[in-house]
Amino acid sequence: MSTGYQIVVLGSVVPDPLQTLEPAQTPQGPGLKNELMLPHVLDPWAAHALYEAANLAARTPGSKVTLLSLGPKAKLQQVMMAVGQRVPFELVALDGPAGGFTDPHEVAARLADAVKALPGLDRSRLLLFGGWESASRGAGVTLQLVGERLEIPDQFQGVDQLTPGPDGAFEVLERVEGGRHQVSSCAGAPAVLGWATGSLGEPKNNPQVGMANMRAIMPALQKAAPAPVGTGRVEYLSVAVPRTQRETRIVKDMSPDDVARELVEWIAQD
Amino acid sequence: MSVDIACVGFGPATAGFLTTLSRRLSASDLPPLESAAAPGLPLQVVCYERADDLGFGVSGVVTRARGLRAAFPDLDGAQIPMAARVKDERVLYLLDPLGASRRSASLRAADRTIRALRGVLPFADEALELPFTPEFLHKQDGFVFSMGQLMQWMSAQVLASGAVQLWPGTPVARALVEDGKVRGVRLVDQGVDRQGLPDAAFMPGMDVRAALTVVGDGPVGAVGRQLDAELGMPPGNARREWAVGMKFVVDLPEETRLEPGTVLHTLGFPEPEIFGFLYVHPDHVASVGIFVPSGFASPARTTYRYLQHYVQHPAIWRHLEGARLRSWGAKSLLESGRRGEPFLAGDGFARIGEGSGSTNVLTSSGVDEAFTTGVQLAEGVIALLEAGRPLTKEGLEEAYVARRRASWIEAEARIAEKARDGFQRGFVPGLVGMALAGLTRGRVSLGHEPPHPADAVGTLEDFYAGRIPAEELARLRAECEARGVPLHDALMDRAGWPAVPLDGKLLVSQQDALLMGGKVQAPPGYADHVGFRSAERCRACGKRVCVEICSAEALRPGADGVPSFDREKCVHCGACLWSCTGRLEGTDEVNLELRAGTGGLHSAEN
Repeated sequence: MSTGYQIVVLGSVVPDPLQTLEPAQTPQGPGLKNELMLPHVLDPWAAHALYEAANLAARTPGSKVTLLSLGPKAKLQQVMMAVGQRVPFELVALDGPAGGFTDPHEVAARLADAVKALPGLDRSRLLLFGGWESASRGAGVTLQLVGERLEIPDQFQGVDQLTPGPDGAFEVLERVEGGRHQVSSCAGAPAVLGWATGSLGEPKNNPQVGMANMRAIMPALQKAAPAPVGTGRVEYLSVAVPRTQRETRIVKDMSPDDVARELVEWIAQD
Repeated sequence: MSVDIACVGFGPATAGFLTTLSRRLSASDLPPLESAAAPGLPLQVVCYERADDLGFGVSGVVTRARGLRAAFPDLDGAQIPMAARVKDERVLYLLDPLGASRRSASLRAADRTIRALRGVLPFADEALELPFTPEFLHKQDGFVFSMGQLMQWMSAQVLASGAVQLWPGTPVARALVEDGKVRGVRLVDQGVDRQGLPDAAFMPGMDVRAALTVVGDGPVGAVGRQLDAELGMPPGNARREWAVGMKFVVDLPEETRLEPGTVLHTLGFPEPEIFGFLYVHPDHVASVGIFVPSGFASPARTTYRYLQHYVQHPAIWRHLEGARLRSWGAKSLLESGRRGEPFLAGDGFARIGEGSGSTNVLTSSGVDEAFTTGVQLAEGVIALLEAGRPLTKEGLEEAYVARRRASWIEAEARIAEKARDGFQRGFVPGLVGMALAGLTRGRVSLGHEPPHPADAVGTLEDFYAGRIPAEELARLRAECEARGVPLHDALMDRAGWPAVPLDGKLLVSQQDALLMGGKVQAPPGYADHVGFRSAERCRACGKRVCVEICSAEALRPGADGVPSFDREKCVHCGACLWSCTGRLEGTDEVNLELRAGTGGLHSAEN
């Protein structure tokens, strides 16, 4: 019998971070102007979780990583071309909206159902990974809601490190105020871990990993089940992005103190 | 690692190749094409794209879309964001409202005549509308596309087949050439410092062996140029004519009267040699841009500053006043066309797309031609594989090159071959030469083949003779060198080009265009992809055209006389390569080295 973890990473796509985002009303409710034309990436918080999951799986024989992703199929397909080169995982795709205005409860219900339906699911080995935050909805509550629906009481948020111990137990470092970590010991799976940034760099592209991943990713995308999620009963009266001002100056040899001083002066002008 | 077919670059040509091939691979009513690299599996096909995502770094287009419609008979603009059918096409000759552009005496006389006859000519906003669009230029039955969106749409079609793999963010360093045969590709090293030396998490570039390497990495692609250098060019062929195209994608003012599908071609401003365009997409979005050719004599050929003046020309500004920048980008165009054609096929490789000399400068069309060459190669490869024949030079010549030679691509390329030679004699002879070539189907032309672009660049003293004294040029040069900035702004200011009234919306600094428009970035862990073979040669260079033309100001005057390079700003337009005047003796190579690299534009709307 395998002693490794079944790590399920929840993560979807968000617009590439440098894109200019503008709220807009769509027939489906609030959204972003030209959202489907914007290039997308795997939500950076979820990406950290995925890389930590792959790292844990590599250190824990018998483990397996599954990425469960609810998003527009075409965008998932595109993003997986980049993500699929990084670390080994299996994909379970759900075809639905991934914007920041969808209701976390509806999303969580779909994701929880999909986790329950995973073939060979063994709760005693299940680690549910995801982002502590989300680049698309900030509140970052979906992961917690999924954990509750799966009746997993051990939840850790702001995780920066997981150290496996004997007999499936592990130690977790969670971020707390004051730039410190809280150390928790957990007897073992199942558990929910909402990752902060962790400590791993972004893995390099590996063509062999890509070739191996893609043999399963492409069929998974082709059979992605529809997962219509909406805005729940929330009515948005208006949406706006923060007002921004841009002044660009390229300076390469400025000391951090001088940069900070100039930023304070600039902010104080407002 | 071994595959059956490795493609280099995902542009329109490779899209044509993979669209056609993936349809065959997923056809359930035909015998499967089996892999030799992985016996028992279907044909293993991978495509490595340099840019961080598919559809980044390519530019907008108005095209007749003959090849595209042949491949997608039900092509409907509504399926593709930013696509529109061409509805209204005009050609405008722009006069110089500022008196700053460098016009010949004959052109100034022509301008005076036009202004004198403004009451009887279709003249408005300092522009003369030509009575018709020449037959060879028109795109009236075609489409306006965003290339980024078109490529994303085509990649989705290809990926949906599940038959091929596309890997963005994966530059190919070089082809694996053994005894004149291409055996696959080597990917770039990862986890290296700027000089390419191993650093944290070093991962040497992997060799991917393949029975066929499809080279579609564009006009400045590293693999295509490597093959040119190692295998040589066919007798008489050379890459002499280039241009850099730069564009804004803008949100038009809400009250715009421009209809989707409107196309304006312009000539005459900001300099006579610089052609321009404005295409209107749906939803009040437009692409507007210019082409700066390698034949432009000024060493201070700043595309960005010229583009800012172009959009402010009254005939353009009347549409753009109040517009807002959405996206920005730049790319090189290989305008040699058929004359720049390399060996199209050899043992284990085939060349497609713009890097294979498919762009037609007479019809101002390249995307449809590139796509079609990819389709032709795929049809040839399928025929060879179905016949159980190897992908050798002989087979590819027969199945691909012959197919291309018998097609409209070749016929129209022959007509266009000498169409622009007249520009060697000046702007007006150039226009006349184009018209003659178009009207006589290439039988009559003016001028001669251009020299190597390194030999075409004049001196600043010559370009500004009579306008800026040599001593002042020397002073400006020294001042800019000391400040570490390009020379072009100081020169244009001095030559009478007014300051650009930055409005934070469309008229923004070049660095803001990188951030607001191009969203330019570069991942860490890769080497600099621009370098110089000889520092001495750089120090001796008095022109520094590479710095002046750099679309992103990624190249700047360096402290030791060698230009400095900032990888995080580079948009991979490649203009520095053909603008380098440090030609190595006896070769077409230059002192500047452009290697394969990651990063660049992060916009899919160009």
